[in-house]
Amino acid sequence: MSDIALPTRVALVGNPNCGKTALFNALTGSRQKVANYPGVTVERKEAAATTPAGLRVQLLDLPGTYSLRARSLDEEITRDIVLGRFAGEEPPQLLVCVADATNLRLALRFVLELKRVGRPLILALNMYDIARHRGVEIDFDRLSSELGVPVVPSVAVRRGGTADLLARIDAAIAGRGGLPEPVANAWHEPSAGELRAVQRDADRILAAAVTFPQTADNLTRKIDKVVLHPVAGLLILLALLFLMFQAVFAWAQLPMDAIKDGFDALAALVNGTLPAGLLRSFIANGAIAGVGSVIVFLPQIVILFLFILLLEDFGYMARAAFLMDRIMGGAGLHGRAFIPLLSSFACAIPGIMATRVIDSRRDRLATILVAPLMTCSARIPVYTLIISAFVPNRAVWGGLSLQGLVMFGLYAAGIAAALGMSWLLRRLLWRREPTYPFMLELPDYKRPVLRNVALGLWQRAKMFLYRAGTTIFMMMIAIWFLCSVPQPPPDATEPAIQYSLAAKIGHAMEPVLGPVGFNWQINIALVPGMAAREVAVASLGTVYAIEGGDEHRDELGHVLSAQWPLATALSLLAWYVFAPQCASTLGVVRRETNSWGWMLFLFAYMLTLAYIAAFLTYRVALWLGAG
Amino acid sequence: MHNRTGVSDIAPATVSGAVPLGTAPLGFRGVVAGIRPLAGDALPPEEIERRLIELGFTEGADVEILHEGLIRHDPIAVRVNYATIALRRHDAAAVLVLPGSAADTARTGAA
Repeated sequence: MSDIALPTRVALVGNPNCGKTALFNALTGSRQKVANYPGVTVERKEAAATTPAGLRVQLLDLPGTYSLRARSLDEEITRDIVLGRFAGEEPPQLLVCVADATNLRLALRFVLELKRVGRPLILALNMYDIARHRGVEIDFDRLSSELGVPVVPSVAVRRGGTADLLARIDAAIAGRGGLPEPVANAWHEPSAGELRAVQRDADRILAAAVTFPQTADNLTRKIDKVVLHPVAGLLILLALLFLMFQAVFAWAQLPMDAIKDGFDALAALVNGTLPAGLLRSFIANGAIAGVGSVIVFLPQIVILFLFILLLEDFGYMARAAFLMDRIMGGAGLHGRAFIPLLSSFACAIPGIMATRVIDSRRDRLATILVAPLMTCSARIPVYTLIISAFVPNRAVWGGLSLQGLVMFGLYAAGIAAALGMSWLLRRLLWRREPTYPFMLELPDYKRPVLRNVALGLWQRAKMFLYRAGTTIFMMMIAIWFLCSVPQPPPDATEPAIQYSLAAKIGHAMEPVLGPVGFNWQINIALVPGMAAREVAVASLGTVYAIEGGDEHRDELGHVLSAQWPLATALSLLAWYVFAPQCASTLGVVRRETNSWGWMLFLFAYMLTLAYIAAFLTYRVALWLGAG
Repeated sequence: MHNRTGVSDIAPATVSGAVPLGTAPLGFRGVVAGIRPLAGDALPPEEIERRLIELGFTEGADVEILHEGLIRHDPIAVRVNYATIALRRHDAAAVLVLPGSAADTARTGAA
């Protein structure tokens, strides 16, 4: 096998916040393949690129780290790939270490560490334009000779800013003799003393090759005076969260309606074209309605991620973790759990996947176990339906909408439950274990680059759609099957669903769910609600034999308010705050914890909480005369 | 102050006048005199020490406490040479620091 035919494998490594991913985007554009490493959900970003000299390279973006001593799941990947011992992954032939040119001290220590691995190495001083602007003077020749590796400037955000790096990669691959074979790895896990010595060496090189301006960059410090102020900082964080939720609910409405109308029209088209029967029911009710009911949340997820990506690129997310660390620590959560829990308001799945940045396994597990308690967007349709049917639309306490207050109360209940549960977990399971350290670099603020944000959004949207098209699609088919088989007899008088397996399950659940006030119609809706909570709304519609979906939601609301006692409605709301009713979340928890046990624990504790909450709500409401 | 063997060459307890960074007040400026992690944390002392070094807390580094949290003035944001690191006061207690200049010494009395 000749090496000339194959693209050269180049891996990008670097400290967190060094602009590595922006550089990767600049080098590869949108031709990236995003997937997971086998067995773990650490993102694997790879792309093919062609250098100016026409050489083909395969670029791999590795998770950011300060050293090869892996401390989290992400960092283990970086270490194993760099050392060439990741099973199923060809070792890289060339390493490009990316460093923030404005913040070189820790990066130079990492470069010296990477050199010991024995693979060809290039150092790219990223954000070189900002460093120059601040008056940082870098002697490239001196730096290169001191470090013993080629050093090039790069500017990820400007056209042509990667030319030097590409030329250097070309020279390394096609230059005299081509890429050298890697020499034997001399890296071993350094002791504290060795780390000190290497940092001392890095400091010496830094002093020899880099001149810093007398006055440091004060913009970040000035912003932080306000943003990290003990009181003002928390208020700003709250205001940002408020703005984010406003945006998620208000901006998403229009595109969500459009998507819903589109799927309804598609289903109507199928209903009008195909003859009645199982096939038509399968396509219209199973495939189209099922997948549509999930894809309708795409706008909300995109808007939420827009905020998260912008805040991350700006450099704010680390500050949010700083502001929240002590507050969440009271509940036994790590400051780094803030971002995953925030994402869980859109959907628990990206939230749970974001926990991989938490290096302590215990803190990570606690975050995974409480993330599904944060009110995800799939609960919104259920909440909206019941609130609009049962809570009078009037103002209380001088202008506040009562319906809005109930909605807010449900969100607050979710947050309180998550904090309470993590506190309990810490008390009961990990009482003797001391707390894990919280150490985090606060990067300088940077203006987000539109292209990077857009690319990140596109990748997340694609992943969501892929999931909707595979896992959720399969589940919707299973539920359609339960709801449609067996078919009603020809002389059926009841809605078809009442003859189905789902109805049998619903009736079978009556002895259990009767005490919390659920009737058999609700029980039936809970069965398809297992796939995704929002499906319960459509199922209630089917059970009550009402034609159509959202445009008749008011009508369904009228039927419900006529048929259900208020206590039942409140009980169902309480149930949905806690119920583990989303099979995809359970699947992700199993994969992320690599344990059926923790998944079953999550399912059991949420179900128990849901039952207790619904039972108490129902009984108290009855006692207060809401029967 | 440094030797070339890479072995920790400073016995922190003997550095007179050094205080734990974790107890220093907001605005404190000083120089790292040594790392002395205590046993009994979730991670072994050596690991805490290595993490602190990897974030730049090495002997001789300039430090300044820039910000602190609302509850018990915790965590703190520390300027370490050219980077800003957020950490809890509990973890910062392992970093021993000497007040940086005479002008600042007066303000570190609380420690």
